[in-house]
Amino acid sequence: MAAEREPPPLGDAKPTDFEELEDGEDLFTSTVSTLESSPSSPEPASLPAEDVSTNSNGPKPAEVVLDDDREDLFAEATEEVSLDSPEREPILSSEPSPAVTPVTPTTLIAPRIESKSMSAPVIFDRSREEIEEEANGDVFDIEIGVSDPEKVGDGMNAYMAYRVTTKTSLSMFSKSEFSVKRRFSDFLGLHSKLASKYLHVGYIVPPAPEKSIVGMTKVKVGKEDSSSTEFVEKRRAALERYLQRTVKHPTLLQDPDLRQFLESSELPRAVNTQALSGAGILRMVNKAADAVNKMTIKMNESDAWFEEKQQQFENLDQQLRKLHASVEALVCHRKELSANTAAFAKSAAMLGNSEDHTALSRALSQLAEVEEKIDQLHQEQAFADFYMFSELLSDYIRLIAAVKWEAKVQQGERDFEQISKTIRKEVGRFEKERVKDFKTVIIKYLESLVQTQQQLIKYWEAFLPEAKAIA
Amino acid sequence: VRACAGPRLGAAMMEGLDDGPDFLSEEDRGLKAINVDLQSDAALQVDISDALSERDKVKFTVHTKSSLPNFKQNEFSVVRQHEEFIWLHDSFVENEDYAGYIIPPAPPRPDFDASREKLQKLGEGEGSMTKEEFTKMKQELEAEYLAIFKKTVAMHEVFLCRVAAHPILRKDLNFHVFLEYNQDLSVRGKNKKEKLEDFFKNMVKSADGVIVSGVKDVDDFFEHERTFLLEYHNRVKDASAKSDRMTRSHKSAADDYNRIGSSLYALGTQDSTDICKFFLKVSELFDKTRKIEARVSADEDLKLSDLLKYYLRESQAAKDLLYRRSRSLVDYENANKALDKARAKNKDVLQAETSQQLCCQKFEKISESAKQELIDFKTRRVAAFRKNLVELAELELKHAKGNLQLLQNCLAVLNGDT
Repeated sequence: MAAEREPPPLGDAKPTDFEELEDGEDLFTSTVSTLESSPSSPEPASLPAEDVSTNSNGPKPAEVVLDDDREDLFAEATEEVSLDSPEREPILSSEPSPAVTPVTPTTLIAPRIESKSMSAPVIFDRSREEIEEEANGDVFDIEIGVSDPEKVGDGMNAYMAYRVTTKTSLSMFSKSEFSVKRRFSDFLGLHSKLASKYLHVGYIVPPAPEKSIVGMTKVKVGKEDSSSTEFVEKRRAALERYLQRTVKHPTLLQDPDLRQFLESSELPRAVNTQALSGAGILRMVNKAADAVNKMTIKMNESDAWFEEKQQQFENLDQQLRKLHASVEALVCHRKELSANTAAFAKSAAMLGNSEDHTALSRALSQLAEVEEKIDQLHQEQAFADFYMFSELLSDYIRLIAAVKWEAKVQQGERDFEQISKTIRKEVGRFEKERVKDFKTVIIKYLESLVQTQQQLIKYWEAFLPEAKAIA
Repeated sequence: VRACAGPRLGAAMMEGLDDGPDFLSEEDRGLKAINVDLQSDAALQVDISDALSERDKVKFTVHTKSSLPNFKQNEFSVVRQHEEFIWLHDSFVENEDYAGYIIPPAPPRPDFDASREKLQKLGEGEGSMTKEEFTKMKQELEAEYLAIFKKTVAMHEVFLCRVAAHPILRKDLNFHVFLEYNQDLSVRGKNKKEKLEDFFKNMVKSADGVIVSGVKDVDDFFEHERTFLLEYHNRVKDASAKSDRMTRSHKSAADDYNRIGSSLYALGTQDSTDICKFFLKVSELFDKTRKIEARVSADEDLKLSDLLKYYLRESQAAKDLLYRRSRSLVDYENANKALDKARAKNKDVLQAETSQQLCCQKFEKISESAKQELIDFKTRRVAAFRKNLVELAELELKHAKGNLQLLQNCLAVLNGDT
């Protein structure tokens, strides 16, 4: 596994080659039509002017020359081509890239390219160094929390705003602790920006949480029931995990869009965040894969490492899905058990009431109380089952869908080596993260099981003398 | 499947169960223990020493030890099937002399359908799972089958023991025939006509029951008992059903642990990173913890669900007793009225007098024995609940502690590794 730790090479700015775009354009548009996404609104218009300059950090001037042809191709567009711009080149250059970008619909619509002035590369370099240093220990001093979901507005236009709090000592941020309010579509917008920039060059961009029309509608409509609170909590936790995963990635952490997301009080409204569902992603992955296969440029299929990795991830995906299904079944049964225990508790209480032997009657009431407490326990355990175990697994299944795609990335000969290096490094990083993640979460989960058992012991120990007291 | 339900639990049978959940844990004696104060005295001891499950039927070996002169030998065995137990039970119910007793409830029909179906489904799905998974599930289902089998044996046994312990019923001739006659009793399953007759009889009975229960009782004791039993029976029915559902969800959750364990195992063996050892350890944990959870579910089933089910049937039998007493009261009152009429008309007075006398005697006899029966019922019930609730709590504690230990050990290893 080629997990080199050196920073991605700041290669020479390669002149873009526009001729190849002709074919790519066709491919691109055909994919566009099948994906039926509507073009996004002109983002650049809403970007405040200052931000453009602040965000246009880059290690070197990006050789981004917008051409009329390309503007047609890439509709409306702004996207800073900052950071690691040589790796960004492919988006502008080689033919295959349009086929690649359809992986996420937003890249399809707006792999936004923007000509910009490069300024303050120095600051950027420093922060990059900082991160690179810490990357070796894989610990970045940055903590993200997502909290305080708050409903804003009424009716169908209502939305939930979440507080995103960042605590960090990294110098690339202006403060060491700050928080902003973000809504779900902002997160999706962030993801689509990151994906459009990094996915096709071989980085594993953590997927954003799923959209849910049903869940959100309930919240909008103001249903204050337990299922909508559950939904909001589930979403909050997922958003938190999403951000935590994203900032763990050394390259993504340097991304100005990410910084803007975390820091700025006002964020341009992200539109066109539809269809980022798991199913949607899978469909896109498959389409991209098909498109790639159609291409005449078949790169290094015999590359043993890629083949092996692909197989590995296939297997892993299968296994994780199976495990996920079993855990979901457990969550379901545990909830059922909780409900049935509660029902039994009530019934036992009734039975205790009608029992005319005093001591037995009392013991039965006690039994009912114990069972009620146990029901609570089951509920909490189901909660843990879900949030710790099941969600972890579904996150990873989606992540692996992205990774599987990575392995399929075929690029123009020129860039293949580069991307391949990146991919290898990414995969290495991913596997390391995965191991850590799984271990941590599973251990936490087991600890929750320990707690449950300890509680059970307490309850039954309290009940035993009551039962013995039946005379 | 052969099984010994008595104290001697054959070693051969336990063999295959080592890796599977031990459903009856310490309760070798099954439901017999429910009726605590059954004095098994030397005069008459009955148990089911062996049982054999064939396609559609279960053959119970009923074993008797007795010093009573009624029997030809001191110790003997016969083979009986479920229908013959029912025949015996029904003969008690139909016997007017026993109207004043709580007739021990008949054992439920052995029902392996669900279990058999599951085993069959497993066989069909063999291709779709790993060998390891298949073996695990097969063992589990076999253990389940065995547990159901043991339970049905226990329930048939407790019926016989109740009869043997009852001072009057133990002397019943049909009972002795049942115990001793070593040929088939030829009580083939009721044919259609008889079933229909039964149906009508029950209909009349319940219609009667409505009328009769409207009659308020002069006797405070019986009035109280009637109110109590009606309510109690309904609530026990509800509690029994809910307890059943609860234990079944518990079992489903335990089964999920099984699948999770298998998936983790698969992840642990296919992975090349060092997380593989981790997965394998956790998989092992899930396997072990699942066994404990399955036992918890089985113990709850035995100590709680079965207890409630049994008292559901017994409280029904007690209700039936009250019904019979009410019936005889109505007869008595009718005989009184008839006597008054006869005296008024001065016609058939002697006949009416005799009839009235008989009804009176019958009613008083029933009332007297019913009172004692109902008091005994309460004593039995309280003792049984006490025993089972204590044992339930003790088992829950045992399992929770075992589980806790397992989890803590595993965590220690996992944390030590990382």
